[in-house]
Amino acid sequence: MRDRLIFAGQLGFTLLVAAFLVVPVVLSISAGVTVNYFRGIQSGVTLQWVVQVWNLYAGEIGLSFLIAFATLAVTLVVGVPAAYGLHVKGGRLSRVIEEIITLPLAIPGLAIALALLLTYGGFGGFRQSWLFILTGHVIFTMPFMVRSVMAVFASVDIKTLDEGAASLGASPWTRFCNVIVPNAMPGILAGSLMVVTLSLGEFNLTWMLHTPLTKTLPVGLADSYASMRLEVASAYTLIFFIMIVPLLVAMQMVAEKGEKK
Amino acid sequence: MSGIAGHGAAVHIENCGKTFPDGTQALAPASLDIVSGETLVLLGPSGCGKTTMLRIIAGLETPDAGGRVLFDKTDMTAVPIEQRHVGMVFQSYALFPNMTVAENIGYGLKIRGVDKAARAARVAEMVALTNIGGLENRRIDQLSGGQRQRVALARAVAVRPRVLLLDEPLTALDASLRDRLRSELNSLLRSLGITAIYVTHDQAEAMELGDRIVVMRKGAIAQIGTPREIYFAPQNRFVAEFVGAANIVEGPVASGRLTLPGGWLALNDAADNAAAVAMIRPETIGIVAEADAFLRGTVESVAFIGDRQRLVVTGAANKPLTVDAPNTINVRAGERVGLSVTPQAVRVLPKED
Ligand SMILES: Nc1ncnc2c1ncn2[C@@H]1O[C@H](COP(=O)(O)OP(=O)(O)OP(=O)(O)O)[C@@H](O)[C@H]1O
Ligand SMILES: [Mg+2]
Repeated sequence: MRDRLIFAGQLGFTLLVAAFLVVPVVLSISAGVTVNYFRGIQSGVTLQWVVQVWNLYAGEIGLSFLIAFATLAVTLVVGVPAAYGLHVKGGRLSRVIEEIITLPLAIPGLAIALALLLTYGGFGGFRQSWLFILTGHVIFTMPFMVRSVMAVFASVDIKTLDEGAASLGASPWTRFCNVIVPNAMPGILAGSLMVVTLSLGEFNLTWMLHTPLTKTLPVGLADSYASMRLEVASAYTLIFFIMIVPLLVAMQMVAEKGEKK
Repeated sequence: MSGIAGHGAAVHIENCGKTFPDGTQALAPASLDIVSGETLVLLGPSGCGKTTMLRIIAGLETPDAGGRVLFDKTDMTAVPIEQRHVGMVFQSYALFPNMTVAENIGYGLKIRGVDKAARAARVAEMVALTNIGGLENRRIDQLSGGQRQRVALARAVAVRPRVLLLDEPLTALDASLRDRLRSELNSLLRSLGITAIYVTHDQAEAMELGDRIVVMRKGAIAQIGTPREIYFAPQNRFVAEFVGAANIVEGPVASGRLTLPGGWLALNDAADNAAAVAMIRPETIGIVAEADAFLRGTVESVAFIGDRQRLVVTGAANKPLTVDAPNTINVRAGERVGLSVTPQAVRVLPKED
């Protein structure tokens, strides 16, 4: 009886919290398909705002995904070998480097952006291209990739596996492909998931770094909140959701499959 | 059977020492020769540098300047492990969790570009040799400790290594399994005729497996010899006490006799010495009637162990003597007994500080 009560209490509380978090999202999304938000849903349901947003911001949406996956590519190509190197080398120097890589987590995005602007702002071509934002995103997301890969390395004794493969005649590169990467897969997938999500949703740093021609989804969102009618901004949120939720679910599924293996 | 093993290299180690970057001297410069086809055991307590020596031979560690490692007279010191053509069995086995048992065993062959059919045949041969039939498609985390050990061995032997290196391969297993695998491993190494270097801190393992044993202490070689030499003719007190049970007795030697509190022992050509140290193995001491012996003592305790009985005899030497007597003789605690020890069984040890 008592267990039941506790269970009911917990369930109720959980639902309440969930509702607290979900209701604003639902309201916001529903606003995006309402003809006139102030008159409420009885004013009619429409896709006109969604279409309008798509027409206005398709470029931003595309750029966001381009940057997210470019960020992923860079963090994979640089981050995984870096994590491997740091783990195998060990010692004080490795720890210092690890700390430096992790630093951007603690520094506000605005400060990183400012530093980038101060340093590279003068290089016109670079400053105006999306690669500038990419640089910021790579700095910001790299610790997540390196950390989650290193966590796996620590748990599977990757050094001995590497030595085992070496004793069987495998060259460093072959070992990296056959043994290191497959066994680091859970960490690589978890890291990738975080990198893509963080890059897609990143605002602080991107807002500082963007130019009128290089805007990402969240920057466009801020833009539309500031300058468009509420329905348009809400339609924007809706599109954001439609784009990102399936992506997240897909990556989560891949990550779970990798972990089970 | 040399077809299964391939050819075993003769290994020559010259002045190999190892000082780690943090200043730890794990190994003082040492030289060692391993004959082709021989099983050499590195034996010693924890931290004495066995693994370090093995890793230098493998190529996982570079010796300090001046050290050289040669396989069949070819200098391998600068050759990385992947080109040394060794087989290695790690204490933790280091099996690849992302591959099946068969893929693990065949990995070295795949790296060497052996085609699929030949690889499968060799893997099947290894599976039969190590008795792991039926496990080929298992994943590593679906194996027991003993099975993992066999897979690790099969994987290392599959490539026909020039030298097989084993770092405490049985330590992670429970006692009864360890005994069984030890004798299996022994017959396997014999039948392969492979050059093998085997690290252990277990003296029984070392005795059974080694053609020769290198006893190590604090980063230095204490003695090299066959199991019999190490056991019966230890060159110092450390070896005597580390390998098997040993009675260490002390007393003056004059005209071929070692005088002890309970009498004397005859020695084989020993120089006179005011304070000599000697070793006697417990099973070389015979229990006789008090009147028939030159060394006498009192039985303090008798422990019946089944195949023998272990007595502790006081009053004979400066410390109580341990005696392994046949299980048939009838002695009781408190009895006076005579001890008979042949001159060959008494090993005079050099004086140490
Ligand atoms: N990478 C390293 N850096 C510093 N010191 C080390 C390193 N590896 C080993 N040592 C030290 O060198 C000494 C010898 O180590 P080694 O691993 O060779 O011992 P071992 O005889 O194999 O011992 P065990 O039976 O415990 O495995 C030890 O004191 C150890 O602490
Ligand atoms: Mg060791």
